[in-house]
Amino acid sequence: MRHILSILLENEAGALSRVVGLFSARAYNIDSLTVSTTEDPTLSRMTIVTHGSDEVIEQITKQLNKLIEVVKVIDLNESEHIEREMMLIKVRALGKDREEMKRMADIFRGRIIDVTEKTYTIELTGTSEKLGAFIEAVDRAVILETVRTGASGIGRGERVLKI
Amino acid sequence: MQISGAEILVRCLQEEGVEFVFGYPGGAVLEIYDAIFRQDKFKHVLVRHEQAAVHAADAFSRSSDKVGVALVTSGPGATNAVTGIATAYLDSIPLVVISGQVATPAIGLDAFQEVDMVGITRPCVKHNFLVKDVNDLAATIKKAFYIAQSGRPGPVVVDIPKDVTQHRAEFHYPDSVHIRSYVPATRGHSGQIKKAVNLLLEAKRPFIYVGGGAVQGRAEAEVTELVRMLGVPCTNTLMGLGAYPGSDSQFLGMPGMHGTYEANMAMQHCDVLVAVGARFDDRVISVPSHFLSRPKKIIHIDVDPSSISKRVKADIPIVGDVKLVLRDMLEQLKQSGGKPDAAALAQWWKQVEAWRGHNCLLYTPSDELIKPQAVVQTLYEVTGGQAIVTSDVGQHQMWAAQYYKFDRPKQWLNSGGLGTMGFGLPAAIGAQLANPNAQVACITGEGSIQMNIQELSTAKQYHTPVKVLALNNRYLGMVRQWQEFFYGTRYSESYMDALPDFVKIAEAYGHIGFKVENPSDVEPVLREAFSDKLKERLVFIDFRTDQSENVFPMIQNGKGLDEMDLPPHMRDIQQVPFENNRDYGNMC
Repeated sequence: MRHILSILLENEAGALSRVVGLFSARAYNIDSLTVSTTEDPTLSRMTIVTHGSDEVIEQITKQLNKLIEVVKVIDLNESEHIEREMMLIKVRALGKDREEMKRMADIFRGRIIDVTEKTYTIELTGTSEKLGAFIEAVDRAVILETVRTGASGIGRGERVLKI
Repeated sequence: MQISGAEILVRCLQEEGVEFVFGYPGGAVLEIYDAIFRQDKFKHVLVRHEQAAVHAADAFSRSSDKVGVALVTSGPGATNAVTGIATAYLDSIPLVVISGQVATPAIGLDAFQEVDMVGITRPCVKHNFLVKDVNDLAATIKKAFYIAQSGRPGPVVVDIPKDVTQHRAEFHYPDSVHIRSYVPATRGHSGQIKKAVNLLLEAKRPFIYVGGGAVQGRAEAEVTELVRMLGVPCTNTLMGLGAYPGSDSQFLGMPGMHGTYEANMAMQHCDVLVAVGARFDDRVISVPSHFLSRPKKIIHIDVDPSSISKRVKADIPIVGDVKLVLRDMLEQLKQSGGKPDAAALAQWWKQVEAWRGHNCLLYTPSDELIKPQAVVQTLYEVTGGQAIVTSDVGQHQMWAAQYYKFDRPKQWLNSGGLGTMGFGLPAAIGAQLANPNAQVACITGEGSIQMNIQELSTAKQYHTPVKVLALNNRYLGMVRQWQEFFYGTRYSESYMDALPDFVKIAEAYGHIGFKVENPSDVEPVLREAFSDKLKERLVFIDFRTDQSENVFPMIQNGKGLDEMDLPPHMRDIQQVPFENNRDYGNMC
C-alpha cells in the first residue's frame, strides 16, 4: 500500500544521506522524496512516498526514528491529509495545437509560465494522480520534457508536525 | 589558553576516564600521537592491524562496563577499521572510533590517503561525525561517548581532519549533553508491564529467552530473580550467555541453529515467551512462520523499539531499559501476590526434563583422536568456569558456547552478529587489559587465528598472557560441515593446505607453543598453560583435533526449531510429535 511519511530532521550536512542510505541498505522503496528547510532554519522537513505492508511501514518508521538526526516521523496516511506535487511540463505548441494546449492547461488549472514560438512551459500543481492525468490527456508526441517535484504532504486542520 | 585540536582530543579522552586507546599511527593522526606522547593519563596500545585495534577496544568494553576507544589514521587505516566497527555495530557494543582525515582543504580532491569515512561507515555505526571546526571538537567527542553508551549501545565514529588537530581553540568540555532528536527509552510502560505480569501468571508453559541486551544492560540480577521467582525454564542466546548462570538447572542451554534440543523444543512449544533484550535473530528462531506455527503469546522487552516486531510480532511490546523494566516487573509481581500455576509448571518441567534427558550434547569420546568438545570441557574444568573466553568464528565458536558454562555476563566474548573471523586474539588482548588478573582464553581455529595472527606481537609488547587454544582440524570446519550436509561432500576450498607450524610461530613472537596430538595430553597441557609457572606468558596450544567432528544439534536453513538434525544417539526420536493436551511425560 502507498504511504506518505513526513519527517522532521536536523538541518545538518549528511542527514539526508542517512535517511536515503537507510532505505537502500534495508531494501525499502522510495517512490518520491521532497525535502527543504522549514520556518525554523535548524530543521528540515522531508516527505517520502513509499509503499509496503503495514509491517514494513512500521519498521521503516521505527528505523527512521532511530537515526540520531531524525526528530519526528509521522505516517500521514493515518489520518486525513493533503498532498501536492508540482510539475513543469514543456510541450510543443504550433498552429492549432497552440489553442488546444492553452485550453488543456486551463482545464487542469495550470499556468503557462514560459512561451516561445514553438513551445509552452506549463506549471501544474496537484496530487500525483492529477499530474499523471494531465500527461495522459495530452498527446504524448507533443511532450518535450517533464519535471516533477515529488509529493509534499501536510495533515488536515489542527493536526501539525512540529517539535 | 588556546590549545591544539590534538590536545583537546586528548583532554576529552582524559575527561571521559579512558584508560586505553587501541590504535595505529599514520600521517593524518601524527598530531594526535604527539599529544598522546606528551601525556600519561591513558595508555596507548599499538596493535599490528587496525581491525585488531577495534576488536581489542570492543572486547575491552565487552568485558568491562566502559566504552572502548580506537584510533586510526585516514584512508587505509580507516578502511581497515570498518570490519571491527561493523562487528561492534551488530553486537551493540559501545565504542568510540576516532579516525584521522586529510586536511579540510584537501577533502573531496582524492588526496593521498583520503577516503569518505563518514560515508563508508554510515550503514554500520550508531552515528558518525566529521569535525570541520576545532571549536566543535570537544562537544562532538562528548556527544560521541554519550550516544555510544546510551539507549541501545553502538559504535560512534568521529572523523577528524588533520588541520583540525593543528588548529587552536579554548578547551571546554561540556558537563552534559542534550540532543533534542535523541531521547533513548528508559522506563517501560507500567500498563504494559502489568499485562505482562498477568499473562506470565496465567501461563501453563512459560519460557524466558534472554539475549545480549541483558548482558549489555547489566540486567543479570533481575533476569535471575525473575526466572527463579517464577520457577520457569530459560535460555540465553549466543550473545546472552552468562546473563543467567549457565550451570543452573533452570537454564536449558543456548537456543537456535546450534542450540540444545531442550531449549529449542521449549522455545517452540511454550505458551508464553518472554524475550529480554533478544531480537528473534534468524540464527535463533530460524523461519518466523514456522516458529509461530505453534500458538504462543510473546512479551518482548527491548530498549530499541525497532527490534520489537521486526521479525516476530509481539503481543505485549515493552520499550525500555531491560534492567529497569525487569525491576518494575518484579515489583509488580511481588505486589500482585499472584503465584504461577504450580500444577501446570510441574507438568511443563516434566516435559522439559524429558527433552533434557536425551542429553543432546553427548558426543563419542575417543582415546585416539582429540575431540574438540573435550578440549572445551577440560578448559572449563581447569579454569573452574572462571575464565573470560573469547572466540573466533566457526565450529570452535559453537563448541565453546555449548560446552563452557558461563555463569556471569561479560565472560563470553564473541562476534555473534557479524560472525567475524579474526576477532578472538585481539579481543583476548583487550579483555586481558581490562581484567589484568583474570584468566583469559581464546578459543580459535586454524583458519580464524590466521586472520589476525600478527597480534601475537601486540600481546608480546603489552605482556597480555592470554592462552590461545586452536582447535585445529585442518579444515574451515563450519564450511566443511555445510559442504558435507548440503553440497555432497564437495569440500571446495575448505581445506587449509600448507598450514604453518603454530608452535614455531608462537615461539617466533616470543611466546610458548605446544602441539597436542594425543587425547591424554589435553588436560596436562591445559593445566600447565594455566599454571602459576606460565601465569605471565602467552601460551599457544595447537590441538590437532578429530577432523570429522560436526556441531550438533543443528537446524538447517528453512527448518523449524523442532526439526533439528540431532546427534546419532538421538536420531530415532526426531519425528515424535508433541501435543499440549497429552501427558507430557510420555511424549519423547
